Amino acid sequence: TLEACCSRAWTSCFNSTSIMAVEFEGGVVIGADSRTTTGAYIANRVTDKLTPIHERIFCCRSGSAADTQAIADAVTYQLGFHSIELDEAPLVQTAASLFREMCYRYREELMAGIIVAGWDPRRGGQVYTVPVGGMMTRQPVSVGGSGSSYIYGYVDSNYRAGMSKEECLKFTAEALTLAMERDGSSGGVVRLAVVSEQGVERQVILGNQLPKFSTV
Amino acid sequence: KCPLVVSRTFWGKNIKCVCFYRNALLEADINKLGFSSPAARKTGTTICGVVYKDGVVLGADTRATEGMVVADKNCSKIHYISPNIYCCGAGTAADTEMTTQIISSNLELHSLSTGRLPRVTTANRMLKQMLFRYQGYIGAALVLGGVDCNGPHLYSIYPHGSTDKLPYVTMGSGSLAAMAVFEDRYRPNMEEEEAKRLVRDAIAAGIFNDLGSGSNIDLCVITKGKVDYLRPHDMANKKGVRTGSYRYKHGTTGVLTKAVTPLNLEVVEESVQTMDTS
Repeated sequence: TLEACCSRAWTSCFNSTSIMAVEFEGGVVIGADSRTTTGAYIANRVTDKLTPIHERIFCCRSGSAADTQAIADAVTYQLGFHSIELDEAPLVQTAASLFREMCYRYREELMAGIIVAGWDPRRGGQVYTVPVGGMMTRQPVSVGGSGSSYIYGYVDSNYRAGMSKEECLKFTAEALTLAMERDGSSGGVVRLAVVSEQGVERQVILGNQLPKFSTV
Repeated sequence: KCPLVVSRTFWGKNIKCVCFYRNALLEADINKLGFSSPAARKTGTTICGVVYKDGVVLGADTRATEGMVVADKNCSKIHYISPNIYCCGAGTAADTEMTTQIISSNLELHSLSTGRLPRVTTANRMLKQMLFRYQGYIGAALVLGGVDCNGPHLYSIYPHGSTDKLPYVTMGSGSLAAMAVFEDRYRPNMEEEEAKRLVRDAIAAGIFNDLGSGSNIDLCVITKGKVDYLRPHDMANKKGVRTGSYRYKHGTTGVLTKAVTPLNLEVVEESVQTMDTS
């Protein structure tokens, strides 16, 4: 068959992923694990799934690595061009729309679950989720990837509106740690980033520095 | 009645799967007769690369396989991209060969146009965009390394078009064996000799523990302004010398009758071509 020709053994997938984004007053906190797998082998254990699309707009990538890298490159180009034409910083909603356009138009060929998050002067910190299929919706908190299934309960019960930046960072780090703990295909380090009016602050939490929960 | 050309529109560009149905029909016909069609020559391979203090060391084995038979005992898997960039290729041999040649050619034109030495990230972009366009049908898994104005860089590129930028990478069927060696002994900012030894040991691990890899170890050391293409760096599998002779002596088989018929031929032209038994 046409599909059998295509060597599945080489597919580099991030579907084994945990990604998350949270809005707070003044910006967004985004986080991801760092594992890319080809089948059962970890091809890259220190992947950076938080990709800058523009100065203050990021996307968290889950799904097929090839698809999401190609989409992110295309949207980075389109958004950069649009921003130069406008001569001002682009809106996060514009970036999310560009992702949605591509993910919906080519939905049959692509496997990409993307969370677009950033800060713009008009609406402040925003999180838009563009899951597989190409829907786009704005949410105050969004989780994605295979590891997200395990933390919906934790996120729903622990999220409060109006958290500060530090609280959001702690919340994201803990949620991702729990997801990585239970999802065999998420792991490595936790990469975090805070995007706000002041710019971007990135941090990495190494494996031995992750928050500890009681393991029964 | 099957169409000869299957046109798939993706990303705004058509890729034509020419001959797909013809190949499928031929395969079915051959199978009916009880034979199997020849397998594409693959480089079941171990390739790897490491970034060290002054540059990049790329390594590869030299075995090319066609199914379970070794097609080439000493093939070259480290391909030239530009004077400061080289690329190791695993997967389908023809695909890696052609892909690297196409990108090398385009990169030379690009370099003449910009008037600058090409950057590794440019080669990476060109390769990943081409491989993504073909949606994984071009079976080329590459380790791209080089030194440019921004320092040494190393990328691993998968057939579907995803890339990773890392300090050490391995690809091919022997990649797990090689990665085990790297994970044990890699340190940032190694000296050249240590880096070469590490890459040599990683490829050796692939050669001796993976059936798809074998023969010699090729190395390519790229630094600012200099490339050492060491082929072979280490002949890890020299052909042994037979201890005994298995030839039968003249007269072992008794001759009963002999009839000689001379043929009246004249030699018009004679040319000798020796067989490549290396």
